[in-house]
Amino acid sequence: MTTNMLIAGFGGQGILFSGKFLAYEGLLEEKSVSWLPSYGPEMRGGTANCSVIISDTPVGSPIVSTPDILIAMNMPSLDKYENETVAGGKVFVDSALIDRKLQRTDVEAYYIPATKLANDEGLTGLANMIMLGYVIAKTGIIPFENVDRALLKVVPASKQHLIESNKKALELGYNYAE
Amino acid sequence: MSEKVLMKGNEALAEAAIMAGCRHYLGYPITPQTEIAAYMAKRMPKVGGTFLQAESEIAAINMVIGVSAAGKRAMTSSSSPGISLKGEGLSYLAGCDLPAFVVNVQRGGPGLGGIQPSQSDYFQATKGTSHGDYHMLVLAPDSVQEMVSMTFKGFDLADKYRMTVMLLADGTMGQMMEPVSLDMGEVKEYDKPWAVTGTKCEREHNVVNSLFLKPEQLEVKNFERFEKYNYIEENEVMYEEYLMDDADICIVAFGIAARVSKTAIDMARAKGIKVGMIRPITLWPFPKKALRAAADKVKSFISVEMSMGQMIEDVRLATECTKPVLLCNRVGGMIMTPDEVLAKIEEAQKTGGNN
Amino acid sequence: MAVVFEKPKALTDAVLHYCPGCTHGIVHRLVAEVIDELGIQGKTVGIASVGCSVMSYDYFDVDMVQAAHGRAPAVATGVKRANPENIVFTYQGDGDLAAIGTAETVHSAARGENITIIFVNNAIYGMTGGQMAPTTLPGQVTQTSPYGRDTQTVGFPLKVCELLSNVDGATYLERVAVNNVKNVKAAKKAIKKAFTYQTEGKGFSLIEVVSTCPTNWGMTPQNALKWLEENMIPYYPLGVYKDKYAEEA
Repeated sequence: MTTNMLIAGFGGQGILFSGKFLAYEGLLEEKSVSWLPSYGPEMRGGTANCSVIISDTPVGSPIVSTPDILIAMNMPSLDKYENETVAGGKVFVDSALIDRKLQRTDVEAYYIPATKLANDEGLTGLANMIMLGYVIAKTGIIPFENVDRALLKVVPASKQHLIESNKKALELGYNYAE
Repeated sequence: MSEKVLMKGNEALAEAAIMAGCRHYLGYPITPQTEIAAYMAKRMPKVGGTFLQAESEIAAINMVIGVSAAGKRAMTSSSSPGISLKGEGLSYLAGCDLPAFVVNVQRGGPGLGGIQPSQSDYFQATKGTSHGDYHMLVLAPDSVQEMVSMTFKGFDLADKYRMTVMLLADGTMGQMMEPVSLDMGEVKEYDKPWAVTGTKCEREHNVVNSLFLKPEQLEVKNFERFEKYNYIEENEVMYEEYLMDDADICIVAFGIAARVSKTAIDMARAKGIKVGMIRPITLWPFPKKALRAAADKVKSFISVEMSMGQMIEDVRLATECTKPVLLCNRVGGMIMTPDEVLAKIEEAQKTGGNN
Repeated sequence: MAVVFEKPKALTDAVLHYCPGCTHGIVHRLVAEVIDELGIQGKTVGIASVGCSVMSYDYFDVDMVQAAHGRAPAVATGVKRANPENIVFTYQGDGDLAAIGTAETVHSAARGENITIIFVNNAIYGMTGGQMAPTTLPGQVTQTSPYGRDTQTVGFPLKVCELLSNVDGATYLERVAVNNVKNVKAAKKAIKKAFTYQTEGKGFSLIEVVSTCPTNWGMTPQNALKWLEENMIPYYPLGVYKDKYAEEA
């Protein structure tokens, strides 16, 4: 089984970080993983996206152009990638920032006001992790009980005090699903 | 086996260089390889090494010449336009028979081009980086793990043959993260009696030099160097075969194009098309014999590359034009999709490569 | 028998290829004498450049690297950074140092590399047969300024010591000449100070030696010296342009 994910949004939303977190947890689950960011000037405030692949077999192309799971954290990302998502795929939308529904009917749509939840709960800047908690709940892409160890790996040593708030954001998203 | 960690290609290769005993990195910033310089700037002082940001690519490669002439392992890295600037130094490295490790994380060209991944420096790396008769050993990794292992091996080959080893990557390889083991084993040390370390008034003075004004002498120098190159062509070719046993169609691809091709091959196999791949890991020396042997078995070849068709010339030469060779390419920073490669495979299947 | 004169140890037995009246030979000898006197022959590494002195690697009996045109300071940087215990000098002409290698010169000074540069300025490209150099004087006739250097179209000469005196990283800059005994003595003193500074870890030194090129100037050696005194030295005044440690000395 191979899952191709595309996470897209603005630079500064933690797009690349959340992708890295997923890839690391995949690695700790002993899966084959790859993480590939868009790079260049667009990282500085423009759009940012990253491809994450988690697979039971060696990863071929690390580029995700037709995602099984699309996470859209802003309107331009949804506009750009909605039609690229594979039929039967799952599309996650931050409904706090995207005020439209999906046009396609052959994919599963999930809406969560991640940015609003983050602001309401004092977790500003962690909409990405709230979204991920929700994605984990809806897809089972990685087991939720193991998120701690991946956080330990991806949060830099100098910022370990942020682990708690990241964990809280993940839980918030995970529980939103219920 | 040590624990696997998730690392960017650029950073992983930088760490591998340090593990290979490189303590001198001389470079200049350029996208998409600046992570190498940033990583070295952080790490080198901690391992007693030197990180130096030079005033230009030209100065950087000449600093590499200085460090290497002094008998130490040295590296520089850049991306396509910067490698052009290093061209002069690469020729001098060859003419002086100095070891060096040079990384090119390719981007689209010509000119300032773009910053997205490309493979259009294939000719530059394998044929003509600069003036004079010479080769570099060119390594083309297709994963972060190979970025590491080829860097480690690259430093060894450079010392072993006293020549430049170029790691030819692309923006994707540099930027992507994959699980990687940094378990590399022992570094082999080489005697360097030719190095300029001071005579200590105990030996004749060493001269590191590429100037030979007498044509007879310069000819001999070239002959000797090419004996070494011939030996390397016999002994250092590296390639990977993927599903070639029963293949009717042989894809030839390296680096990121090989990764995309692998996915396309799996898709084609699911449709019952017998397609495989020969992936050159050394671009020079090119796996000529493997391709020539494949030409006796397959019906056609497809060269999958992110250039207007550079490696395809070597594929045709190696196979002596015995079988048709199709080109599947994207350029300018675009990467072919598995679907595009699959379409080319299906075309080859339908036409036998004759279009 | 008492020896009153002998070749410095730091020179090989090779016969110099320089033209009659060329001052490279004197400068070579001064550098070699300094290396002998400081007892650093066994740990000195020289960098030859491109130009008339390209084959200085055959003349200096120390480890040598032949560098690409203009790149000697970058190569020296590499050698010095690899083995800081070595004493590293470059030997460069005006075309090499002040035209094609300007960036390497300025930035090795800016970094304060602990190296010594011997810069021979004879206001012309000698090796290629007498073309205009970055240091060719206004009005001076060369192969590529056949009507005299016209400052309106090709600009003015670069004064390297003056230029580098504004670079914070530079430690010691002096311009000397070897046209008479007094100046030869002063030149040797400057070269010795530059090498001594390096042994003391004091940083970047450059000694500019105003020199002659009788062949390409189209003069006898004697007239060349006279021309140097009347034209070169007034344009390129001799003296110390910077010495961070002047008080100590």
